[in-house]
Parts: sequence; structure tokens; C-alpha cells
Amino acid sequence: MKLIFEKSISGRTGFSLPASDVAEYKLSDGALRAAAAELPEVSELDLVRHYDALAARAYGVDSGFYPLGSCTMKYNPKLNETVAALAGFTELHPLQEPSSAQGALEAIYTLTESLKEITGMDDGTLQPAAGAHGEFTSLLMIGAYFKKKGEKRTKIIVPDSAHGTNPASAAMAGFEIVNIPSDANGYVDTEVLANAMTEEVAAFMLTNPNTVGLFEKNIGKISRIVHDKGGLLYYDGANLNAVMGIVRPGDMGFDIMHINLHKTFSTPHGGGGPGSGPVLCKKALAPHLPYPLVEKKKDGRFGYRKTSLASIGRVRAFQGNFLVEIRALAYIIALGREGIRDAAEKAVLNANYMKSLVSEFLTAPHKGACMHEFVASCEKLKEETGVSALDVAKALIDHGMHPPTIYFPLIVHEAMMFEPTETESRETIDEAVAALKEIVAQAKTDPESIKKSPLTTPVGRPDEVKAARKPILKI
Amino acid sequence: MKYTPHTQQDVREMLDKIGVDDISDLFAAIGTASGEGLRAIGKSPIETERAMVALAEKNKVYKTVFLGAGAYRHYIPPVVKHIAANPRFVTAYTPYQPEMSQGILQAIFEYQSCITRLTGLDVSNASMYDGAAAAAEAVAMCINGEKDILVSDGVNPAVREVVAAYLRGSGRTAVSVPLDEDGLTDIGFLEGYGERAACCLVQQPNYYGNIERTKEIGAVLNRTDVKYILHTYPIALGLLASPAEVGADFATGEGQPLGMPLSFGGPYLGYIAAKEKYVRKMTGRIVGETTDRDGRRVYVLTLQAREQHIRREKASSSICSNEALCALTAAVYLGAVGKEGFRAVARACVDNAHYLKEVLESAGLKTRYSTAEFFNEFVTVSDKKSSVILNELKRRGILGGLKLSDGEILWCATEMNTKEEIETVGNIVRKLL
Amino acid sequence: MSNLKFSATHEWVDGSGKVGVTDFAAHEMGDIVFVELPNVGDKITAGKPFANIESVKAVSEVFSPVSGKVIAVNDALSDAPELINQDAFSAYLVEVEITAYEDGLMDKAAYDELKH
Repeated sequence: MKLIFEKSISGRTGFSLPASDVAEYKLSDGALRAAAAELPEVSELDLVRHYDALAARAYGVDSGFYPLGSCTMKYNPKLNETVAALAGFTELHPLQEPSSAQGALEAIYTLTESLKEITGMDDGTLQPAAGAHGEFTSLLMIGAYFKKKGEKRTKIIVPDSAHGTNPASAAMAGFEIVNIPSDANGYVDTEVLANAMTEEVAAFMLTNPNTVGLFEKNIGKISRIVHDKGGLLYYDGANLNAVMGIVRPGDMGFDIMHINLHKTFSTPHGGGGPGSGPVLCKKALAPHLPYPLVEKKKDGRFGYRKTSLASIGRVRAFQGNFLVEIRALAYIIALGREGIRDAAEKAVLNANYMKSLVSEFLTAPHKGACMHEFVASCEKLKEETGVSALDVAKALIDHGMHPPTIYFPLIVHEAMMFEPTETESRETIDEAVAALKEIVAQAKTDPESIKKSPLTTPVGRPDEVKAARKPILKI
Repeated sequence: MKYTPHTQQDVREMLDKIGVDDISDLFAAIGTASGEGLRAIGKSPIETERAMVALAEKNKVYKTVFLGAGAYRHYIPPVVKHIAANPRFVTAYTPYQPEMSQGILQAIFEYQSCITRLTGLDVSNASMYDGAAAAAEAVAMCINGEKDILVSDGVNPAVREVVAAYLRGSGRTAVSVPLDEDGLTDIGFLEGYGERAACCLVQQPNYYGNIERTKEIGAVLNRTDVKYILHTYPIALGLLASPAEVGADFATGEGQPLGMPLSFGGPYLGYIAAKEKYVRKMTGRIVGETTDRDGRRVYVLTLQAREQHIRREKASSSICSNEALCALTAAVYLGAVGKEGFRAVARACVDNAHYLKEVLESAGLKTRYSTAEFFNEFVTVSDKKSSVILNELKRRGILGGLKLSDGEILWCATEMNTKEEIETVGNIVRKLL
Repeated sequence: MSNLKFSATHEWVDGSGKVGVTDFAAHEMGDIVFVELPNVGDKITAGKPFANIESVKAVSEVFSPVSGKVIAVNDALSDAPELINQDAFSAYLVEVEITAYEDGLMDKAAYDELKH
């Protein structure tokens, strides 16, 4: 398919402005660029057809099943899109005075309060733009907290099963990373943790349920180990969908956490973003939150809080990804306490149902109930047939679905991590499992055909080595 | 309201298949449940929509806006919103499976191409959280031993604050480069600083609207081997010299003016572009072109060995989710206005802002920096309190400029402002003075 | 190849001070897409990382089997990192003016033993 630049015809346009009725002002030549940037020259219809063709080559939750483990690709309710498009939200300048933005401030306040209730935390900010941004913000806060206490703590402990963002965010915030091994179930080895947990350690970062999809049963003990040494416990909220309305990170002993609104609270992911990564924390860390923060005043009006001198400052220019917050707020208002709990329950029900079906023909290495996602392994299939998790994933595309996450977590060989989410019906799961079963059967009789997949897409498997050796990054 | 499709029979049969009696059995590992949780009970869609509309109505939407200072109201052709609302773009995840995500990948590749064409630089990534975060990450990429980080006082204070927060990790604080009396970055200061600096962040046009002498700054920084980061209002790139033309190593900026509504601050779009030699250290996702086994052109996420999921604590950034849909929106916007339309938007901003300045001067306000050229923002100074002027405008349904101090206001005009609006502001101000 | 010495982390060094990675390491890393080398004049230390080798889905540190000053780098690798996959023993990374060797370097027989 052609690029928009390859459809460009010199002199063509689909745009015009009103005729100017003020004098033309000529800037001095020294400030000007030599030539206009070579932007596309197309008609409005050219543009519409170009992007219609691109959309046909894309796939979203609205297109079909998307069980991408760790990404919580649940349905994005259309009501949320409708309210996020209200002019009362989209046409607000971020520097408008609070008196003219009472509804926006109330929305920020209400969402923060709701998230505090859901997580059992005392305070929070909606400013971070994504999960990793929330991690980075939290780690800066952790650094500021110990600095204020006069304690020199330079290390962060991260399990080897953690998302790569955890160690990367901690390093950005200036910490040294101590990686500790998890056991085969992705659980923390409390003895290893206790040995690593010195008074140089600022915090331990943990995902619970863990990245294998299992709930960390020893969380009470872990919390004691970390806190006894004066450290803090960080909760990576990537998997909050499994437990919201059921158990709260604040009650599990966590001190600070981030939430991914674009996972747990149903805001669409936009092909990679925008997300939103609110940070919630216990009282002791609250003085270090980034500003601006919203407060409800005694007279019921909303405004900005007085800036704390211990604040880490700003992690982005304005309040946050506001329209994402609006969508999440609408979702939480609609679901309410019983809907939030129901979502977690059905997410876990769907994952266990799918796991029980899949484990009939693929290895699911972790026994017992999983939470909202589970890991299956193609290791045995690969030994027997040469067909890998990657091949199976590509074959699933030909069955009209998005594949699961593959090769993560790293602690399971040939891993496929399925997260069906609560909004999928039993029939959708049944069909996906039937497709998977057919692929596994075909791998045993005709492995070569699987390795050629996908065959129904506009392009085949890309040469990624060529892409990385001689990068072509623009036209 | 629930968005779960399960009937009671589904639940029963699914539990049977799993081999447990009750959903609560699946949560046995958790043990004791927690305290209160969310207090509010659920609402129907009608009630939810009413609640959200009620919030929206508590905000004042101004028809006439003269406020910029980092977020700008521009015309967004309806076709931009229409295309960017396509559910196949909106509801997709990061394009991990290229065969079924060519639409997203090609759109990002086209966005990267737009940014390199606007900035003149070689490489753009797929987007950053916002302009301030883009500037902060560019600064982080330039850290070199103990050398100092220079940030011009002409950079938007919010951007400077974000840079400061990002630098906390390395225990550093940036050194401020003062402005001269014309409201421009002091080039003599940069010359005196010489090689002791690792990088310098400059904003074009600067926070006060003045057009910086970016070529002269580039000459000094290039000579002293100080990396040059130019933070640019993208609309200004329709007319002003590109970052590449003035010798910048990196270009960053806030992409919101390229088709995104003001939205009380987000979602916005950070753009970052760099010279070729920085490509292997570039932050964030990057889309590249390659081929499939039949030689067809294919787009993929590439150079991933830079990123957190592979390099973990050694990655240059932890960014994972970015602002992909905003990047797509910017590419659609630039396609919609096109090569000539983009220049026309920039010209209209310049013309309207200069007319606004003329009208405000004849109404009795003085301009704070009278010698420097400006693009579409400028500062006025007056004995009359800024708040008096701005409140009176507000009373008349006009969002005036930003109060910088008791007597100073930062004004902005774009193609959205009419001659009539500008003259109305002039008349209101004249009566107050 | 007989004059090569090998490290347990799969690097080699020859009599002239050239340092590279072994064919075993090259095979394990898969298709190499980029090599990040030190600058001429840099000091490198035995047992410490001095270069990075990237494949599509991984990045590996290369540990130096010797201490000394880098006197040349193999520029051909910047354009053609695949040379390492093609012949790991001629595609050296750097040439070093050696001041010391890492303890426990092996001859080929001992290294072949270790690989198996």
C-alpha cells in the first residue's frame, strides 16, 4: 500500500482558511526556513480513503478477541467515548482559572477519591501519562521520601519476573537495581528477599497477581520483611483487574502504586497510547506527590492545593491525560462497587475456564486456580513438531483473533499468556480454544503449514533483522 | 451497569468445567477480603451520561480565546476527528503483531516522516507523553559525565519544572541561561560557558513569544560541542527555520497544536527528533520499514534492543505506552491542511497576533519586549492590574491572555481569532485604561 | 586458531591483541544487528564489559578477556554486523595494547570442553 506522501500531487489541497482581513506581517528573512516542509498534498477524499485503507489493516478490541496477556484488552464502552467528546471537556484550556473549570476539577477530584477507595490508599495524582510514567513518578517520590528522612537508600529490589518497565523506571529515578529470582510459579522466594533486603534498599517492586497470573500468597510475610528493614513496598497495578473490589493493595501492605486506566478502567489504548498512570500512596508519601493537585474546599468548590515544599515537582506540563480520566470516571460511575467486583470475578472466571479448556491439549505449567490470566507453554509442542509459540500465534491470526502475549514471562519457555478479560462471552472463548486446538493438531500432521502463517493478512512475517540492521525510519 | 455478558447458566456451566462450586473458590488464594472499597453503587448509562454532562456544564467554554502559553486553540478540520475516531485505531493495542497491525504501523511511520520533514532532522520516534516529557528525555539522553545541563530562561516554566523532576534521578539541577534585555537567550552567556556544558535546551519561539536567534545559538553550541536541543511550537515550523537548519542535535515539542483539542491538558503529544547518530540511543518506540518473504513492503516496531522490555535497567527510558493515537491524529492533521495549508495557518497566526499587538498598543498597553521579533505570542505591560483587565474580558465572555505578573500579560492569537474579536478586546482594554 | 585464548564468557583474544566473540556466542545471540564498540584510546579492563552486541530481541554485554588500551576498532562491523555471524574468529571487535590477561583463560581444547 502506498504512503500518503506517495499519493501527494503538487498543488493539490483539501484545506482553506478565511480570507485574511488584517495586514500581512512579514517576519525578517533571517528567521525563516529555506523551503516549506514537504507535507502531503492531497484532497480530503484522498485522505479519508487513505486512512480507511489503513484502518482495514488494523485490528482492535472492536474487531475481535484480543487476549493479550498483561494488557487487559477489555471492551471500551462507547458511552465513555461520547462523554469524553463533550465540548465542556474538550474545549477547556489547561490554564483556565479554577472558577471556570469547576466540573473538570470535580472530575479529577472524584476519580482520585474513587481510586483511593478501590485501592485502599490515602492520596494520589492523575498526572502520569502511562503506567511506566506512574512508576517513574512513584520512584522519584520514594527517593524524595528517604531524602527527607535523611536515610541513604540507593537500591530497589525487582523480581526477575517483573515487567521491564520496573527496573527501567527505577534506574531513571537514580536507583541501583537488585534483581532477585522468582520460583517456577513466579512467586517471591521470601528467603532470597530477606537476604537482599538491607537498609540500603528503598523499595521492593511487586506485581500481584504476579506476571504468571498467580496471587502472591505470602504477601503478608513479604510486607513484614520489607517494612522491618524500613523499606517501602511498591505495587505495579498492571494486574489490578483481577482483584479490584475484592482485595486492596493498601490493605495488603503496599505503600505506593500505579494504576493503568487504559487496562483496568477500560479506556481504549489507541494503538499504543494515550494511557494514564495515576499514582496512589499512603499518607507518609503524600507530601512528595507531583503538583498540581486538586482539592475540595470547605465551601464545596474545587481548586488547586497549596504546593508542598517536598513535592517532586511536575512530571508533565499540565494536569494529566484528562480525556482518558473522563472515560475512566464514566466507567467507574456506571459500574459502581458491585460492577467493579463483578468485572474482577468474571475476568478470573473467564481465565480459569479458558485455562481448563486449553490445558487439555497444551501444557499449563501452573496448577490450581489462576487469576485473570494464565500461561500455557508450547515447549513440548516445539520439541515434538518444531512449531513454536510464535508459529502458533501467527496461525491464530488466520483464525481471526489477536494472539496472546508470547515469550513473556521469561521464566516459562515458549510461553503464551492469555488474558481473555471479563467482557468476552463463553462462545468467544470456546471458538478461540477450538481454533487453538485445531492449530495444535495441525502442527502434529503438517507443521510446515503452520510455520507459513499468517496467510490471510495483507503482508507476511516481516524480516525484522533487515529492519534493525539498516533502519529505514521515514520517507 | 455491567459490561460482562455472562448469564447465570454460563457461570454455572463454566464453573462446572473448571471444577469448582463457586466463583469465590477461585479467589481462595487471597484469603481474607479487604475493607470497604468503592462506596458508590452503579448507575445506568442514562444516569452516568447525565452525571458526566452535569460536570461538563460546570465548565466555562470560551468562544473567544487569547490564551496560549503551551496549549493552543487551532482549527481542527472535522475530517481529522472523524478519522482519528475509527475504532480500529482507537481500540488497538501497541502493534506487537505486525501482520495484522500494518494500518497502525504505517500511520506511525508516516507520522515519523512528517516530524522529520518539519524539523529537518533524520529520526523521529513514535511519540512521547507530552512536549515537556520529550524535552526532559532529550536532556537525559545528553547527560555526559559531570558536565552541566543548560536550560534557557526562555523555556516555558512548566517544561523547565519537568526537566528538573527528570533530573532528580541523577541528582542534578540544570543551570539557567538568562535572557538579555530583549527577552532573548543570552548568547554571551553561552559563549562564556563553552565546553563545560553537555547540552542546552532552548525554546522557539520562547515562552514570551520572542523569536530566538537560533542560528547564532547553534553556531556557539556547535563550536563548543554542546548538544543543542530546540523545543519548538510545531505551528511555527510552517515558517521559521527548522531545527536542522540552525544546527540542533534534537528537536522536541508539544504536538497538541497539530489537531488535538485543548482538553484541559491532555492527551497531548510529545514529539522528539534527532540527528542520525543518536538513533541507537533514541528513547521510545520507533517504526521501521522492511520486507516480508515475498518482498512486500512491511512496517515493524524496530531497534527494540534500546527499550525497557529488553534492556531493562540499562534502557535509556522506561516508556512503554506512548501517545500513538495522538501521533496518528497529528499525521492526519498535517495531511488535512497539507504543505501550503500548514504555512497558511502559521501566517494567519503571525498576522493576527501582530494585529492584536497593534490594537492593544493603540488601546494603551505597552509591549514588554519591543525590539525582538515575535511569532504569535507577546507580553504587554501596564500600570493597570493584569487581573482587572483579564476579569473584565472574562465578564464579556473572552478568555484573555495569561497573567505573568501584576502588570504583565502574555497574549496569544491564532487563525481562530477574527479581526472583530481582536478589536473588541482593544475596545474593552481602552475603556479600562 | 591455535594461538587464541578463550574466556568462560565466550570471548577470544589472539596473539596480536585482537578481541572478539566466539562462534558459539554468535550462534547463541542469533542474527546480530548492531555492535556498540568503545573508542580508540579507551582503557578496558579484564572481566568487565566493554561492548554491546544487539540482536533483534536481545542485547548482550561483551566482557573483556584482557586489560589495556584500545588501539583500533573494527569499523567494518558498523556497516556489516553480520560479519560476526559469518565468521566470528575473523570479525574482531577491537585491538588492544594488552597490559594484563583475565585469570583462567583457556586454550581451544579446554574451551570446547566447556561448551559441551
